[in-house]
Amino acid sequence: MVTDYHRPETLDTALGILADTRAAIAAGCTDLYPATQAQTLRGQVLDVTRIASLRGIANTEKCIRIGATTKWSDIIDADLPPAFDMLKEAAKEVGSVQIQNSGTVAGNLCNASPAADGVPCLLALDANVEIASIRGYRDVPLNEFITGPRKTVLEPDELVTAIDIPNEAAGGISRFLKLGARRHLVISIAMVAVRLVVEDQRIADAAVSVGSCSAVAKRLSDLEAELTGRDVSNVATGIDFNALISPNLAPIADIRADALYRNTSACELVRRAIDDLTVTEAGAAA
Amino acid sequence: MNRTVETIPLTVNGQAVELPADPATRLSAALREILELRGTKVGCDAGDCGACTVLLDGAPVCACLTPLAQVTGRSVTTIEGMGNASLKQAFLRHGAAQCGICTPGMLMAATALLADNPNPTRMEAEDALGGVLCRCTGYAKIIDAVLDTTPKAATPLPKSGDAVGSRIERLDGKSKVDGTEVYGADYCPESVLLVRAVRAPSAPMAFRFGDIDAWTAMQAGPVQVFTANDIPGKNCFGTIPPYADQPALAETQVRLRGEAVALVAGDAAVIENIDLDRFPVTWEALDPILPVHSNRPDDCLITGLVQRGEPEVALKEATHVAEAHIETPYIEHAYIEPEAGVAWMDGATLVVQACTQAPVMDRDDMACILALEPEYVRIIPAAAGGGFGAKLDLSLQPLIGLIALKTGRPARMIYSRAESMMSTTKRHPSKMTGRAGIDSTGRITGMVFDGDFNTGAYASWGPTVAGRVPVHASGPYYTPAYHAEARAIHTYEPISGAFRGFGVPQAAILQETLYDDLAAQAGMDQLEFRRINALQDGQETVCGQVLYGVGIAACLEALREPWQIALKCAGEANRLEGHYRYGVGIASCWYGCGNTGLPNPSTIRIGITPRGELCLHQGATDIGQGANTVIAQICADALGVPIEQITLIGPDTALTPDCGKTSASRQTYVTGKAALLAGLALRNRILSLTNTGPEARILLRDGVIAVTDGQGERSIALAEITPDANGYALAAEETYDPPTTPLDENGQGSPYAVYGYGAQIAEVRVDTTLGTVKVTRITAAHDLGKVINPLLAEGQVEGGIAQGLGLALMEEYVPGRTENLHDYLIPTTGDMPEIKSIFVEVPDPEGPLGAKGLGEHVLIPTAPAILNAIRHATGARITKLPALPHRVLAAIKEAGS
Repeated sequence: MVTDYHRPETLDTALGILADTRAAIAAGCTDLYPATQAQTLRGQVLDVTRIASLRGIANTEKCIRIGATTKWSDIIDADLPPAFDMLKEAAKEVGSVQIQNSGTVAGNLCNASPAADGVPCLLALDANVEIASIRGYRDVPLNEFITGPRKTVLEPDELVTAIDIPNEAAGGISRFLKLGARRHLVISIAMVAVRLVVEDQRIADAAVSVGSCSAVAKRLSDLEAELTGRDVSNVATGIDFNALISPNLAPIADIRADALYRNTSACELVRRAIDDLTVTEAGAAA
Repeated sequence: MNRTVETIPLTVNGQAVELPADPATRLSAALREILELRGTKVGCDAGDCGACTVLLDGAPVCACLTPLAQVTGRSVTTIEGMGNASLKQAFLRHGAAQCGICTPGMLMAATALLADNPNPTRMEAEDALGGVLCRCTGYAKIIDAVLDTTPKAATPLPKSGDAVGSRIERLDGKSKVDGTEVYGADYCPESVLLVRAVRAPSAPMAFRFGDIDAWTAMQAGPVQVFTANDIPGKNCFGTIPPYADQPALAETQVRLRGEAVALVAGDAAVIENIDLDRFPVTWEALDPILPVHSNRPDDCLITGLVQRGEPEVALKEATHVAEAHIETPYIEHAYIEPEAGVAWMDGATLVVQACTQAPVMDRDDMACILALEPEYVRIIPAAAGGGFGAKLDLSLQPLIGLIALKTGRPARMIYSRAESMMSTTKRHPSKMTGRAGIDSTGRITGMVFDGDFNTGAYASWGPTVAGRVPVHASGPYYTPAYHAEARAIHTYEPISGAFRGFGVPQAAILQETLYDDLAAQAGMDQLEFRRINALQDGQETVCGQVLYGVGIAACLEALREPWQIALKCAGEANRLEGHYRYGVGIASCWYGCGNTGLPNPSTIRIGITPRGELCLHQGATDIGQGANTVIAQICADALGVPIEQITLIGPDTALTPDCGKTSASRQTYVTGKAALLAGLALRNRILSLTNTGPEARILLRDGVIAVTDGQGERSIALAEITPDANGYALAAEETYDPPTTPLDENGQGSPYAVYGYGAQIAEVRVDTTLGTVKVTRITAAHDLGKVINPLLAEGQVEGGIAQGLGLALMEEYVPGRTENLHDYLIPTTGDMPEIKSIFVEVPDPEGPLGAKGLGEHVLIPTAPAILNAIRHATGARITKLPALPHRVLAAIKEAGS
């Protein structure tokens, strides 16, 4: 029987359906249902949650692979290196326990909200997005995948199959900080993800990104360059965070905050995240 | 589009079921409407409130976000199958359920937590329950319950005469924890018509309908359409009859976004799938400069005024004068239950079972709109999933009533969250200025207050707000010279109506800001400054009313020690380096209980059937605050019987005399007094029939009333008495109406017979580089006159503080922008401070057993206490609410420059 709510068990079938129907892709459904007041999803829907190959987190030779239907609660429960601590921290800030039990990491990327909790962390992990269609596979770096608010490079016949974190980006320690006007169930005013690789008391590599302060979350390469090579015991000394961060951001004013505040708070959160990580690291060495 | 129905196998509460359903259906809809498991509540359909939390293979998920397809072959547990009696018992024991609408979601989230972690910390419990919103309780008692699930022997109910003052669990609590309570959306009779409304996308606009018949014919099944032309009576209602101005369905123009212009009704399967954006109506924008109502050309609905003495002279001669300007936004009630209900015909009588706080007002307005005699309209209040004032106004009642009346079929309507938020009332946005002065001893010599209150498109309770604000804007302080004016101004925006405090919370923010300024100028301690100015017995209010039983001084004195400790702690914490600054703030409240200078009687009937059943006809709607329990406690003691012998009847306009509306903190006082009088009247009747003395003990058993005094035992065989028209062998009915006088042209008079008082201390931690504020503790001292039920009273305090905290820090309703519960923020479990309640009992000469109202008082001091604490911590003066981080940070910078 042909219906327009499709639940294939294989990726090939799913891609065929997608090519034929251009269906809306459903996984956790935490964005699809809130977008309608109806009691049923309308139109063509491709539910990918039965496809075994899309599920779970795996270590491959080159990367850590987060399958497309991996839920936020799976991230929280997974045994992952410290570079992923920020992703785990972000996972605990996604909506509520209920949302974490349904929503997927890949869905967070595809929904492409400027305030998506997962994006800053995955940017700081140099994530690649694996995309499939009947035409084949392609990998797109996350910083190219999201092109604007609610916009991605996905073609109507494509779906995300996995998020890959290259092994070389899975090193170091990390921290995620989110600022909102209440404790739970909150859309952020600003958030930051910081990953630092510390070798011999020096920062060998830094990855810093900011969300909710531009149309798409941003990596801060100027700041990263400035941090790299610094001694962990006084990382922040002499750094003009505002000068290195603000030019990369384009915050808006909305009901949650004004633009100036977003800028100020982003700089402060970055500073605090770095402090947190380097105090720990310097303390551990002492 | 109708998708092919599949059969979906799953396990629900341990039973295998096969659901014939569209696989894309929300699990919440399938549970509620196919399996009729309506213990799972729906508050937002967006994952924002967690009311629909169920367990999917043991893990909590929002049923509203879960497609039925993904439940195939899996196991779902709902409140109906939850088990875990000790958790439910803990909820009852701790008073964790007030209105009860969030209770199933809370219980499911807690069940999942406790399965993984039987002994969670408070923080773990708060995190686990952070995804379920509650608007009543302030969460404290919910978390207390989750942390205290060891089964305990049930506390015996108090014996005869001891009910008042006891921590009795709410008498109507069991159905709230087992999921069987029937809210507005939970009753669905056979062959019901589902109703949806066509609403205005913006305002002001004129509109014309196109070819409705042609549109109807295009739908997937039979659809009936109703417009203002179908309304048989007067298409105009309002809570205050002289100002009535609101149509049930707009006729030619709309005055607010979301105003209903037409209704569609039919079978649910058809109606749910209709795209109402295609309804044939053309809109034409109107000039927003035009007056909202042509009979109010300056858009001013009403001006409230209270004046006495010569305040300008007093301010001129004052040693110190302070001035402030404060703006507050629209505040949404954000009860977790969107409006819902069912109407049907019972013979010639139209019956409406919907959420309400005012059944008799609903009946009378419905009768008028539908051209029925009031006795042909019966209102059965559904359990209210929160009200806080907005469910005083009619919402969907006339809409479903019209359709039931016209079609003869039951009509059901359930507002979406967006529909609820855009079309129902809000707290008035305010722009207030004020000045106050003191003499050299720190005593208030005069105050001037001026406020514009945006009353929105229709009158609703605008006149009440404009009237209450000038009466209360002095705060509970002796103010010999005073001029206060409050205007209710129409706009083409949401209707501002009743919301816990009727404008007084806004005015208190201004007044308590001035008081902190004045105390600082005088170099006095903030508490002591308030203490010396506190109203005392025998003093006149700003209305010239001489009060007795005034408890504000006692509340402030009860706070003296916690205040000093809090100041010391903040001072010590501030010695540390870092970006945190700690502060302490205090504010007071007073609030007159009941209508302002207008009659508002309550009538209580109590009867004993020939079989010996004792029935209390309790018409006060219990919207979670606890009237069902408190009124029964008062009545049981007055009659002199154990409370467990009382059977509660109602509310139901066919069964219960009028107990007025649940508003203005009047039920414990006004209905409580009627219950006291009715209980005493029945007791006196029994004593006189048995010729026994006033100390006699009454025992009710097996159709016999046994009365014992020093002379021995006498009995009344109830079966031998001819029952009255209500079927009672013995009965009493008493009415109580507060003795008030209307205000004169200067606002002088005795507008309320009873006032309640309180004061709160807020302790905060401000992050001075991010502008974020954490309220760490609130100590609340409230004068209740007589505490009828400490457990329920604490619940009121904690819930009021949660709403006050939201008002201070996060809540701001923006029409068209925050019509959901993720953009409109209310506090979650993690936002609440520790709350310490202190109850003061300064008996009121008029209240039953000395009791005073409490429900609204508790919200009033919270926001000003928090704002004063932020200022104490950082110097930041917040003049525009809410104190969002960016506003706090800007104010900190301004204070520092």
